[in-house]
Amino acid sequence: MNNTAPLLQLSSIGKQFGGLTALSDVSLHIQRGEIYGLIGPNGAGKTTLFNVITGLYQPSSGKFQFDGNSYQACKPHILAQAGIARTFQNIRLFANLTALENVMIGRHLRTQAGVFGALFRNQENRNEEQASRERAHELLRYVGIDKPADTLAKHLPYGEQRRLEIARALATEPLLLALDEPAAGMNATETESLKILLQNIRSTGITVLLIEHDVKLIMGLCDRVAVLNYGKKIAEDVPEKVRNDAEVIAAYLGGSDEH
Amino acid sequence: MLNAPKIFLTIGGKHQRHAMLVLMIATLLLLPFITDVLLGRGWVRIVDFAMLYIMLALGLNIVVGYAGLLDLGYIAFFAVGAYCYALTGSPHLALAFPMLFPDGVHLSFWIVLPLAALIAGGFGVLLGAPTLGLRGDYLAIVTLGFGEIIRIFLNNLNAPINLTNGPQGISRIDPISVSGVSLNATQEIFGITFPSVHLYFYLFLAFTALVIFISQRLEKSRIGRAWMAIREDEIAASAMGINTRNLKLLAFAMGAMFGGASGALFAGFQGFVSPESFSLMESIMVLCMVVLGGMGNIAGVILGGVLLALLPEILRHSVVPLQQALFGKSIIDPESLRMLMFGGALIAVMLYRPAGLWPSRVRRRELNTDEADEKV
Repeated sequence: MNNTAPLLQLSSIGKQFGGLTALSDVSLHIQRGEIYGLIGPNGAGKTTLFNVITGLYQPSSGKFQFDGNSYQACKPHILAQAGIARTFQNIRLFANLTALENVMIGRHLRTQAGVFGALFRNQENRNEEQASRERAHELLRYVGIDKPADTLAKHLPYGEQRRLEIARALATEPLLLALDEPAAGMNATETESLKILLQNIRSTGITVLLIEHDVKLIMGLCDRVAVLNYGKKIAEDVPEKVRNDAEVIAAYLGGSDEH
Repeated sequence: MLNAPKIFLTIGGKHQRHAMLVLMIATLLLLPFITDVLLGRGWVRIVDFAMLYIMLALGLNIVVGYAGLLDLGYIAFFAVGAYCYALTGSPHLALAFPMLFPDGVHLSFWIVLPLAALIAGGFGVLLGAPTLGLRGDYLAIVTLGFGEIIRIFLNNLNAPINLTNGPQGISRIDPISVSGVSLNATQEIFGITFPSVHLYFYLFLAFTALVIFISQRLEKSRIGRAWMAIREDEIAASAMGINTRNLKLLAFAMGAMFGGASGALFAGFQGFVSPESFSLMESIMVLCMVVLGGMGNIAGVILGGVLLALLPEILRHSVVPLQQALFGKSIIDPESLRMLMFGGALIAVMLYRPAGLWPSRVRRRELNTDEADEKV
């Protein structure tokens, strides 16, 4: 497989909910190693596109290629196995489990032990469990969670819950890390440290897809940005160009000709 | 009361804890004799039944407590296990297939036990497969229906061929024997006389220990964590790469296997099975043991099982004499009083200890911190 081919390639993806068209004819590609931003006004279809990419929704039309393979109507766990990990807009941690357990569940994919492994706990299983645990501790430190690892996820402060979601996603060893509004509700300092974290993650070779409302964060972080409006892609380019795109400005300021 | 279990767990050092463990095992081993002397032979039998309930509750705990799948028809798996041994360990099949089995099938209990567990596990998958998309109340209703279907089948499969003997049930089931020693007769071992109920006590104690061991191992494993992830948030679990379909089926199957195995033990112990023993009330009873004791916590589930299995017996033995002493006649019968107390206890627990009498360490910490948060 050659490394210049795009990691993710969407070709005219469409998604209808009954009579409502949430996405129509969206095509885009994400290169390996880039930070790709997805912006758009509320209801533009960003999260829908996200859910299509991560297998939560099945696209009504269009093709979807990831890492050189085609995926059609795949369950989320298949795509996670393929290397897409995500976070959620409205944090979805395993609230009553500890921070450590949350991250260890992320290791599920890359570990083997089944029922017999659980019952007999041979050397191999013990090593695997130990490795999982160590990796989870590492990831907690890496994303900067200061609270003890045995704190329940729901008792972590808001910003750390967002970070824990990232740690859990990283535990699946993704090729593409998809973040749905990771900076929502964060203050300026928290957003700044999130930005550094995302840059660090990218420097380890993981491709990042980012939905964000914080335009400043997107502009300062992303290599390329796509803009969605009413389920259509209206622009895709480097941030500076997107910022000055007439159609984008119209979509955001409401000065469009449709009214 | 609130902190009692915690104190119990954190008392003293390692040596003291070892001493406690030894003491506990000794007490358990002597329990039938102590009970026999203090309360009479009948109570040993009651303790035996309590242990069957504990095994059932621990099995259901896998489904409800770990994987978060509300199952109101769990007793069906107990029934499947019980009828497995009833059919293959009694003269009954001679009625249905006189040509094939002129004397009935008399398989050894030790062959039937794993078989019963496997067949019940199969039924678990059968129940699980069509209900994968359901959660909470919806799942509860389907499982409730499943439990009733099994019971109604057992009630009516006496025609056209007499497979289950209908409401009369199957009797003359072979007793369980361990290395050629029948547990249904008084045995003398090392000069000590063991009545039958004592022998069954030790058998059930061994099986309960095994079930506890398996539960504990599963809880602290990759599989157990995946179950809990599904319980907490199924969508997030599947986005993290957990195959929710397979793991939910696995939870149903594992839970059902425990149910099936204890069913086979029940049939061997009782020597008789009938559909009456597998009513909806029994399913609810087992579920209450899990919820009342502390969902997801093995010690809590055991506590729930002991309390709810012993409560009706204690009432039966105390209410009537008490009323007779007070009023000269029996006004309320123990059975209705049991339901009254049962309902009251459930409401009280849900109000004051929503995580159960003995919640898991995490749940307990969660409650404590919630209280601390409130104080702040």
